[in-house]
Amino acid sequence: MLSLPHFLGLGAILFCLSVAGIFLNRKNVIILLMAIELLLLSVNMNFIAFSHFHGDLAGQIFVFFILTVAAAEAAIGLAILVVLFRSRQTINVDDLNTMKG
Amino acid sequence: MAELVVFYCFAAILVFAAFRVITVRNPVHAALFLVLAFFSSACVWILLEAEFLAIVLVLVYVGAVMVLFLFVVMMLDINLAPLREGFTRYLGLGAAVAVLIVAQLLLVLGSDRFGLERVGAPVRRAADYSNTEELGVLLYTVYAYPFEIAAVVLLVAIIAAISLTMRRRPGIKAQNPAEQVAVRRSDRVRLVKMRSESRR
Repeated sequence: MLSLPHFLGLGAILFCLSVAGIFLNRKNVIILLMAIELLLLSVNMNFIAFSHFHGDLAGQIFVFFILTVAAAEAAIGLAILVVLFRSRQTINVDDLNTMKG
Repeated sequence: MAELVVFYCFAAILVFAAFRVITVRNPVHAALFLVLAFFSSACVWILLEAEFLAIVLVLVYVGAVMVLFLFVVMMLDINLAPLREGFTRYLGLGAAVAVLIVAQLLLVLGSDRFGLERVGAPVRRAADYSNTEELGVLLYTVYAYPFEIAAVVLLVAIIAAISLTMRRRPGIKAQNPAEQVAVRRSDRVRLVKMRSESRR
């Protein structure tokens, strides 16, 4: 029988994988953005699991808004990335030290 | 029991895809594995009777956001070698932090605070229950104001993305409609009076 810990555990594993992804791919902005998407996905998984097991649709409404904000964030992040690549010809985080004192 | 098997299948695919997203070399492959992750988590959400959000995840994320990612990855001509530096250097630290967090979270989850005997089994819905309808009713009544704010957020995202990526290049040959409209006949046409020449 499926219970809440199954889904929460899956969300926890996903969350940790994406945190590890942020650690590992510190230089590649594209993979960083993808890891953030994965992070939001794991949070959404928790919201939906709680919503299902408590019989309260508010969790699913919240996921709806998280999806909206995540889509906006991805669009703006990728736009910034394109502008960055156009001016610098690189997306390596280490090369972006213009404002370093 | 069948539910459990289906859940473990999709969970295994999801974890595998997420693992490949963060370890694979090529960003295009990472984006494709992220598509797989979104897809299998949509399947898990259908197990949780969140049909509307599962479909939205496939349509909006796989259909729009991931295509945007793939466009950007393919548009940028990235030199991958320097981006992979430090991958092994932070492998130990990243893995340690991840394992620590997941162990803590699983310890909390394993303490049967969230088990069926505490939370209670979910209510089985009737066959004619519509998740989309229920969500819609809530969204347009109780959450109407946040819904409009979400629309404004999307509008801001559109404007920001377009204004960031629009570029004006110098020396480009473009039409100026205002000048074209304001032009007078005398600017373009010059009437020359001359006598007709005599035939030789």
